[in-house]
Amino acid sequence: MARTAAPPAPLACSYLHPGGGRGGLLGWVLTTDHKRIALLYLYSILGFVAVGVALGLLMRLELIAPGRTIVGASTYNALFTLHGVIMIFLFIIPGIPAIFGNFILPLQIGARDVAFPRLNLLSWHCYIAGAILAVTALFTGGGPPDTGWTFYAPYSIRTTTNVTLAVFAAFVLGFSSILTGLNFIVTIHRLRARGMGWFRLPLFVWSLYSTAWIQLLATPILAITLLLVMMERLFGLGLFDPARGGDPLLYQHLFWIYSHPAVYIMILPAMGVVSEILPTFARRTIFGYKAIAFSSMAIALFGYLVWGHHMFTSGMSDTSRWIFSLLTFLVAIPSAVKVFNWTATLYKGSIDASPPLLFVFAFVFLFMIGGLTGLMQGALSVNVHVHDTAFVVGHFHYVMFGGAGFGLMAALLYWFPKIFGRLYPRRPVYIALGVLFAGFNLLYFPMLVLGWMGQPRRYYDYLPQFQTGHLISTIGSWVLLVGLLILTVTLMRAARRGPWAPPDPWGGTTLEWRTASPPPVENFAVEPAVTGRPYDYGALGRGAAAPEGR
Amino acid sequence: MSRGMGSTLAAPAQTAHHRDAVGAKLGMWLFLFTELLLFGGLFLLYAVYRTRFPSDFHFAATTLDPLVGTVNTLILLTSSLTMVLAVAALERGRRRAAQAFLAATMALGALFLANKASEWAAKIGHGLFPRSGLLLDRTDGENLFYGLYYGMTGLHALHVLVGLGILAVIWGLLARGPRRGGEAAAERGTERLGSEAAAERGTERLGSEAAAERGIQLENAGLYWHLVDVVWIYLFPLFYLIS
Amino acid sequence: MEQRPLNGYGTYLLVWSALVVLTAVTVTVAGLHLARWSALAAILVATIKGSLVLLYFMHLRREAAIIKVSLLVALLTWTVTLALTFADVAFR
Ligand code: HEM
Repeated sequence: MARTAAPPAPLACSYLHPGGGRGGLLGWVLTTDHKRIALLYLYSILGFVAVGVALGLLMRLELIAPGRTIVGASTYNALFTLHGVIMIFLFIIPGIPAIFGNFILPLQIGARDVAFPRLNLLSWHCYIAGAILAVTALFTGGGPPDTGWTFYAPYSIRTTTNVTLAVFAAFVLGFSSILTGLNFIVTIHRLRARGMGWFRLPLFVWSLYSTAWIQLLATPILAITLLLVMMERLFGLGLFDPARGGDPLLYQHLFWIYSHPAVYIMILPAMGVVSEILPTFARRTIFGYKAIAFSSMAIALFGYLVWGHHMFTSGMSDTSRWIFSLLTFLVAIPSAVKVFNWTATLYKGSIDASPPLLFVFAFVFLFMIGGLTGLMQGALSVNVHVHDTAFVVGHFHYVMFGGAGFGLMAALLYWFPKIFGRLYPRRPVYIALGVLFAGFNLLYFPMLVLGWMGQPRRYYDYLPQFQTGHLISTIGSWVLLVGLLILTVTLMRAARRGPWAPPDPWGGTTLEWRTASPPPVENFAVEPAVTGRPYDYGALGRGAAAPEGR
Repeated sequence: MSRGMGSTLAAPAQTAHHRDAVGAKLGMWLFLFTELLLFGGLFLLYAVYRTRFPSDFHFAATTLDPLVGTVNTLILLTSSLTMVLAVAALERGRRRAAQAFLAATMALGALFLANKASEWAAKIGHGLFPRSGLLLDRTDGENLFYGLYYGMTGLHALHVLVGLGILAVIWGLLARGPRRGGEAAAERGTERLGSEAAAERGTERLGSEAAAERGIQLENAGLYWHLVDVVWIYLFPLFYLIS
Repeated sequence: MEQRPLNGYGTYLLVWSALVVLTAVTVTVAGLHLARWSALAAILVATIKGSLVLLYFMHLRREAAIIKVSLLVALLTWTVTLALTFADVAFR
C-alpha cells in the first residue's frame, strides 16, 4: 500500500493490529475491547442505514407521480414500516452512543475500558440478534409487518402480517440499548481518571450520561408494551382489545412513554458531539459549561413529561391535552439554552472551518428547523391541522436525520483520525456536505409544505395538485444519495490509505487526543491525570496543524 | 474473569476495575430499576382498569383463593429470609451454611411456582382463561381482570423461574469452593483452614479474590431475588384481597 | 473495597417476623370491607413491607447515596407516568 512518505506510525501496537490473542474474525466478534466493539457497531449500523436509505428512496420513487408507480398500497405500507423500524431501532437509537460512546467515552475519562466489557459485547450480540430477527420477520409468517414503526394497537394485534416476530426483534434491541446505558452509567461513576471531577467531564460524556439514564428508565416501558402486543397476539389477553373492554389508547400511552424520551436518546448524544466540536475549532473554551451539562439532564427529565403530544388527536381527554401542550413548550427551553451557548462559544473565536465544524453548522441549522416545526405542532390548534400529514414526516426527518444524523456524521469526521489513525482530504468532504445539504432540503422542505396543504402521511398515492412538491422531493432524495455516496467513498478510501494522523490532529484538549491515533489496546501508556477543565484553550496557541487537502 | 490471573497483585489500579464490587453492585441496582419499570407498565394498566371497572374487579377476584395467595406470600417472604441469610453466612466465610440457605431458598421458590402452577391449572380447568368461552360471556372488567392476572402473575412467575436458574448457577460455583483462593492459600504455605474462624480469615485475606467475587455474585443474585419478592408483595393484595 | 458492618442474623429474623405480621394485617384489613379505604390500606401495608425488604434484605440502608437517589428517581419516573396517564383517563 502507499505508505512511502508516511511518518512512522504507532500502528504496531494499536487496537487495530494488537498482535497476539485471537486474530481474524473471531478476534472481532468476540472482542471485549470497547474500541473494537465500537467498530463492530459502526459497520453493522452503517450496513442497516444503507438498507434503510434504499427503502426511503424506493418510497420516494413511488411518490414521484400520482397513482401507482412502482409499488402498490400494501407494499408501500411494508416499506415505510421497515424503513421506520430500521432507521429508529437499528440506526438512530443505538447510533452515536453505541459507536462513538463506546469508542470515545473510556478515552475521554481516561479509563482502560468500560465498566463491564463482556456485557458490552453482549449488547452488540443483542443488537445483531435483534437485527436478524427483524430481517427474518420480513420473509416468514404472514409477510412483512405493515403497521408502521409504532405498532399501534388494535391493528397490530389483528393484522395477519408477521408483527409478532418484528415486535420481538424490537424487544431484543431494547435489551441491547439498556445494557449499553447501564454500562455507561457505571463507567462514568466508577472509572474516571484521577482528578476527573464531575465538572471536568467533557460535555460529550455528560450527554451520554443523561442519555444512558433515559435508556435505562424508558426502554423497559417499551419492553413491556411490546411484550404485551406479543401476548395479545399469542394468547389474547385482551388488554388493548376494545371488544373486551381494553383501551387501545393505553397502548399509545405506553408506547410514547418510551418513544418520546427515546427521541432524546437520539438527539442528546448529537448535542454532546456539537459541544465537543465547537470549542475545538473555535479555539475557545465552551461558553456556559454547566448550563450545557445541566440542560442535558433537564432535557432527559422533561422528556418524560411530554409524550402526550403525539396523541393530541387520539381522543384523549381535553385536560391532558392542554397539560401536555404546555409541557411541550417547556422542553424547548433547555434545547434553546444549548443553541445560545453554542453561538456564544463561537463569538470571537478563531474559527477553523474544518469539515466537522461545517457539519455542526448544518446540524444547528437543520435542527432548528426541526425544533421550530416541533414547537408549531406543540400548539393544539396547529396540531389538529397537521397531525398525520407529511408535515410531521418533514419535521421528524429534520430532527432525526438533520439533527441526530448530521451529528453522527460530524462525530465520524471529528474522531475519524483517532479511530482509524488516518487523515481524510477536506475538499471532497466539503463537496459532499454541499450536496447533502442541498439534497436534504430539497427532499424534506417540500414535505413540510405538502403536509401543510393536506398531504397525509403513509399514503402511496396523492392528489394531482401535489405533484410538483413530490417531484422536487424525489429529486432531492437522489441529490442526497449522491452526497452520501461522495462522503462514504471518501472516508472509505481515507480509512485505507489516508496519510497517518498525529495523536491530536485538530488541537483538541480532551483526553482522547492525548493518546496515539489509533489508540493502543490499553488506551493509555500511563493512566492520565487530570488537572483542569476540558476545553481550556487559555493562552495556548493552536495545537498541531490540521489536515490539509490533498 | 480469566484475565490477569497471575498478575493481579502486581497491577493495582489498572486491573482493579475488573472486579470492582461497588461498580458491580451499582450495575445490579440499575438493572433492578429496569425491572421495576417493566412491571411498572403493567401496574399502570392495572391502575387504570381497576379505577374504570371497580365492581367487576371485585367480583372477578372472588374466584381467587386468598388462602393460596397468603401461603404463597409467606413462602416467598421466607425465601427472602433464607436468601439474605445465605449472603450473611458467606460474609462470615461460612460457605457450607451459605449453600444450605441457598438450597432452602431454591426449594421455597420451587414450591411457590408449584403452587402457582396448580392455581393456574385449576383456573384453566374451570374455563377461566383469556378468550375462553366462559370469560367472553362475562363483563369487560372481568375479562380485563383475568388478562391482568395472567399477564402479571405470569411475568412474575417467569422472573422467579429465572431467579431459580441464577441461584442454581451460584450454588454450583459455591460448591466448587474458592478454588483460586484455595490454591493461593496453599501456595503461601498457610495451614489447612478447618475451623470457621480460620475460614473467615481465609476469605478475608487469602482467597480474598475468588471469595470476594462469589460474595458479589451471591449478593447481586440476592438483590434480584428480593426484588421479585417486592413485586409479589404488591401483586398479592391487588389480586387476592379485593373480593 | 470498603469494609461494611455485618448485619446480625437476629435482625433478619426480626424483619421477617415483621413481614409475616404485616401479611396477617393486610389479610385482616381486607376482610373488614372498608370499601374504598381497603385499597389504600393494602397499598400502604405493601409499601411498608416492600420498604422493609429494600432497606434490610437488600441493604439499601448501607448503600451509597447514588443508589438511594437513583431508586427515588426511578420510582418518581413511574409516578409521573402514572399521574400524566391519569390526566387523560380520569378526565375522559
Ligand atoms: C435517504 C434518506 C431518507 C429518505 C429518502 C426517507 C424517506 C422517507 C419517506 C418517503 C417516508 C414515508 C412518508 C410517508 O409516506 O408517510 C419516511 C418515513 C420515515 N422515515 Fe425516512 N427517509 C430517509 C432517511 C431517514 C432517516 C435517516 C431516518 C431516521 C433517523 C428516517 C426515519 C423515518 C421514520 C421514523 C419514518 C416513519 C415511518 C412510519 O410512518 O412508520 N428516515 N422516510
